[in-house]
Amino acid sequence: MSALLAQLELHDRSAANDCVANNGICPSWIADNIDRYWSPFLQHLYLTVVSVAIGFAIAFGLALLAHRRRWLAPPITQITGVLYTLPSVAVFFLLLPLTGRGNTTAVIALVAYSLLILFRNMMEGFANVPAETRDAGRGMGLTQQQLLWRVELPLALPEIMAGLRIALTTTVGLASLAFLAGAGGLGEALFDQIAFRSNVLVAGGLALLLAVALDLLVLGVQKAITPWTRAVST
Amino acid sequence: MSTANTAQSEGPSASRQAASLEFREATKRYTGSDRPAVDRLSLEVPAGEICVLVGPSGCGKTTAMRMVNRMIEITDGDILVGGKSVRQSDETELRRHVGYVIQQVGLFPHRNVADNIATVPQLLGWDKRRTAARVDELMDLIGLEREMAGRYPAQLSGGQRQRVGVARALAADPPVMLMDEPFGAIDPINRERLQNEFLRLQAEIRKTVVFVTHDIDEAIKMGDRIAVMQEGGRLAQYAPPAELLMSPANAFVEDFVGADRALKRLALQRVRDVDLIAATDGHPSEPAIDIDEPLRDALSEMLGAQVSVAPVVENGRVVGLLSIERVSQAIGRDT
Repeated sequence: MSALLAQLELHDRSAANDCVANNGICPSWIADNIDRYWSPFLQHLYLTVVSVAIGFAIAFGLALLAHRRRWLAPPITQITGVLYTLPSVAVFFLLLPLTGRGNTTAVIALVAYSLLILFRNMMEGFANVPAETRDAGRGMGLTQQQLLWRVELPLALPEIMAGLRIALTTTVGLASLAFLAGAGGLGEALFDQIAFRSNVLVAGGLALLLAVALDLLVLGVQKAITPWTRAVST
Repeated sequence: MSTANTAQSEGPSASRQAASLEFREATKRYTGSDRPAVDRLSLEVPAGEICVLVGPSGCGKTTAMRMVNRMIEITDGDILVGGKSVRQSDETELRRHVGYVIQQVGLFPHRNVADNIATVPQLLGWDKRRTAARVDELMDLIGLEREMAGRYPAQLSGGQRQRVGVARALAADPPVMLMDEPFGAIDPINRERLQNEFLRLQAEIRKTVVFVTHDIDEAIKMGDRIAVMQEGGRLAQYAPPAELLMSPANAFVEDFVGADRALKRLALQRVRDVDLIAATDGHPSEPAIDIDEPLRDALSEMLGAQVSVAPVVENGRVVGLLSIERVSQAIGRDT
């Protein structure tokens, strides 16, 4: 309530004051205060992109490993599965004594959460490469490496990109709790004035917008790099 | 088919000599199995001929074929391509010089027709211009319009896909081709068309081909020589089609070629191969039979017209008479 009163003192336009006092959705308050959200928004974007990028790199390495040595796939799935089910809030608090408050703790937890989604989709993508395509590739003299980079990976792209989209949107959501680890983000802005509707709308809305924008971005990239998936028989 | 195009660039026709192929006691044993999958297979395929491996499923014909490019490793014995042991060849290098066509084709779904055909030339590091010229040439050779080059495999019919598969296997002009039931997944009408197209193509390119099928009729049609394989990966008989039909080596082969082997032999012979009866005055004028017709078709026409003697024409002129008796003599005669 004290924060609200402070806002009241700062703005003296009566209509806005009424709106804020009534805890409404206040366009003029939003217009005046939107700048405050810029920095948490960027931090949120940063946490999401960095976490998913690191998660992607780790999951990709694990997927290549499991693709070569099949017996590794079940244990990797189980371990990443455990990481996935751990409540991220619990992970934040478990990590705090080790890594302290800040980005590192938040990113570690978010990465751990994204691994299962990314890894499983990559494996799914490899599994969907037609056996005869692989056989023909080997039979024409592609080496293991060439088969992987020129045939298997491109054909696994739709599933890999689908995993990336899920990972990005869920990480945007989870990053709203990153402030508990002292890493800020839109969650901090949101919980700072959780009772004030205009604030909840803006902070929540920006998080939603970020999730949708990232999702569409990846979808666009996927369409651009997998033109064959849209080729239909004529 | 553009012969002009063929002449100026490195053409498909005999630009590289086909190589002979020899199985020498080639054997495949899998651990944990008491019987070998392929048992001391020995046979020679002269350069430029089609050798068909035929037999029931589980007879080891596909295994035998896949040992040639070491998709399956040989346990014992050897296979020589152009006199060179495949066991001593680098596996990847070997495969790039042996054309490979499989039943499910296995085109790369993410690459268009031109890029699929260009696979091996790209692996061999051909420059762009040479590769593009070769792709154009092969598109002509398999009778696919140039505007199809940008299509993805999903946009092609089954027959077109199989043609592209053959073109892709031929791209780097390999001296040897392996074809595993290449037309097995195609409907009967298109299969017949593809078979004929391939035989026409083969007359031009003269590759040494190992062709696997379970269909004895396809084997007889496509093969210069046929290797009939039986359970346990053993070679039952290796002979040209006519000989196989004329004198099956054992009961298995006799049974496998079928009770209608006499009729199958008829399909292999032409009216021209028969001693015709001299034409006499007042001979029947119907049904006129062309001298280059397969004997099987001629017999069918005669039976259909319910005659025992029919005139044979060459260039519109009657050159003799064919009788059912002469047809039956032709089947019985040694070739």
